[in-house]
Amino acid sequence: MTTTLQSGQSPRISLLGTTALLFEPPGAMDIHTQRRIWWLARQVEAWPCTKEAVPGMSNLMLVFSDPPRNVDSVEADLLAAWSRAEELHLEGRIVELPVIYGGEYGPHIADVIDHTGLTIEEIVRFHTEPLYTVFALGSHPGYCYLGGMDPRIATPRRKVPVRGLPGGAVSIGGSQTGVSASEGPSGWNTIGHTDMAFFNPLRTPPALLAPGDMIRFRAERIIK
Amino acid sequence: MIEILSRTLLSSVQDLGRDGYLRLGVGTSGAMDRVALAAGNILLGNPENSASIEIQMFPFEARFLEDIAFALTGADAAAELDGKPIPAWWTLQARKGQVLKLNPTKRGARSYLALAGGIDVPVVLGSRSTQFRGSFGGHCGRNLQRGDVLGAIRTEQRSEFFDHLPAAGFGVEPPEFALPLGDTEAVAQGIRTFVRVLPAGEYDCYTEAALESFWNKDWMITTQSDRYGFRLEGEALATRQALEQRSHGIVPGVIQVPPSGQPIIQLRDAQPSGGYPKIGTVIEADIWRLAQAKLCTQLRFVPTTYDEALSALDTVRDYLEKVRRLARLYRLAKR
Repeated sequence: MTTTLQSGQSPRISLLGTTALLFEPPGAMDIHTQRRIWWLARQVEAWPCTKEAVPGMSNLMLVFSDPPRNVDSVEADLLAAWSRAEELHLEGRIVELPVIYGGEYGPHIADVIDHTGLTIEEIVRFHTEPLYTVFALGSHPGYCYLGGMDPRIATPRRKVPVRGLPGGAVSIGGSQTGVSASEGPSGWNTIGHTDMAFFNPLRTPPALLAPGDMIRFRAERIIK
Repeated sequence: MIEILSRTLLSSVQDLGRDGYLRLGVGTSGAMDRVALAAGNILLGNPENSASIEIQMFPFEARFLEDIAFALTGADAAAELDGKPIPAWWTLQARKGQVLKLNPTKRGARSYLALAGGIDVPVVLGSRSTQFRGSFGGHCGRNLQRGDVLGAIRTEQRSEFFDHLPAAGFGVEPPEFALPLGDTEAVAQGIRTFVRVLPAGEYDCYTEAALESFWNKDWMITTQSDRYGFRLEGEALATRQALEQRSHGIVPGVIQVPPSGQPIIQLRDAQPSGGYPKIGTVIEADIWRLAQAKLCTQLRFVPTTYDEALSALDTVRDYLEKVRRLARLYRLAKR
């Protein structure tokens, strides 16, 4: 049996050593919860005890500027702020990413076909149809966690992570999809490739995309 | 300036790390042993956060291309300057042309070479630390190679400090002696490291047997351990039921348990988010102990509380303050 811990009644708050607090409210991993997380992040980053407020997928990490002596009062402040939290509508831009699906660019698309029972054309259609919202950045510089994938193409993460996956790899991990921003290991199923550069430390802002921005994948080519 | 002479190395330029960009997916990087990095800088009169060279593979050799003071902290690598031994945790004046050699360590895994003024590499997103995944920061965003030449930042403070450095140099008591923890005999032999752990989000989801093993059994640091994380080997840790986590922020020290049941401690180059269940977090005040644990040695987790973890941070701060007082004393004595 799989339990999703976030499905409890009240938010969970847990310590990450003396470095940070993790705030996990109950509710679905959807755009409504995420907009309240964005609102909460704006509040929390103004607190004196905060070094950085880091939104995750319907959760928030508060990194301490200096570990507070009384952590209970910070927890109480978080709960109080969440109870007031509104949906913050971030006006994002829409970025279209041309993708080559399958073949050498999508080494695990066969696993997605096997798992879903769909054809490659159906997978590409379901993957390119939605307008995905950037929920949060994380994992590695410029990487975006996206919301809005069609559950029909959900495919479990790989048992053994793949090393040295190139930047631009378009992949599916469980019910999420994303694009890697630089070469590195990944446990997700790579189905295609795009050539976009997502991060440049010398640019302002350094990341191409921000929470609230939207991505549409366009099938440039399908290799069978 | 110094020139790297060694052929193969896993050495990089690091400071205390990059803050404030986790929400762009940029992990902190920075020295694995922040106490050693800070102490080396304090010995030289540098700002604590100045960049130094983190050396993870020995022997390591470099040639000084100018007269410059340097400090060695971290693992005792039986260092030699032109063949003459240098004590551990020591600062000394080097002359142009002299060769510094660090030998394989008996105890400890990482040494830090600090230069007066601090290593001069560009600040990228607020830090000089090497960000390997993003290929930026440090020296060209990569590990150092043979032939690389690194300069030091020139400051007035540096030349003043120079003049007041005793000829034989001076040193401080390493934290492994000043801040003992656990079975000191096993620590001294380098066979076992003790670190304090605070329970994390999913701690209560583990079986009693798993928690018993977690706190009371040895965990071997496998050879698949590096700056990204330490992969441990021991009795597999089982949860009472399967867990599914949404991607969330994590920090160095977090102990994740993937489905195999073998824990991974995320470290300085770890990605800033993850989804595996977290059983605990090695407290920040003890990460330097992890940084100095060698591969294939044993690790023990010691339960602690938030208040104790804060006191442990104070103890580290007090130790560095002692180093600062000592450095000032030597400087004034020479005047």
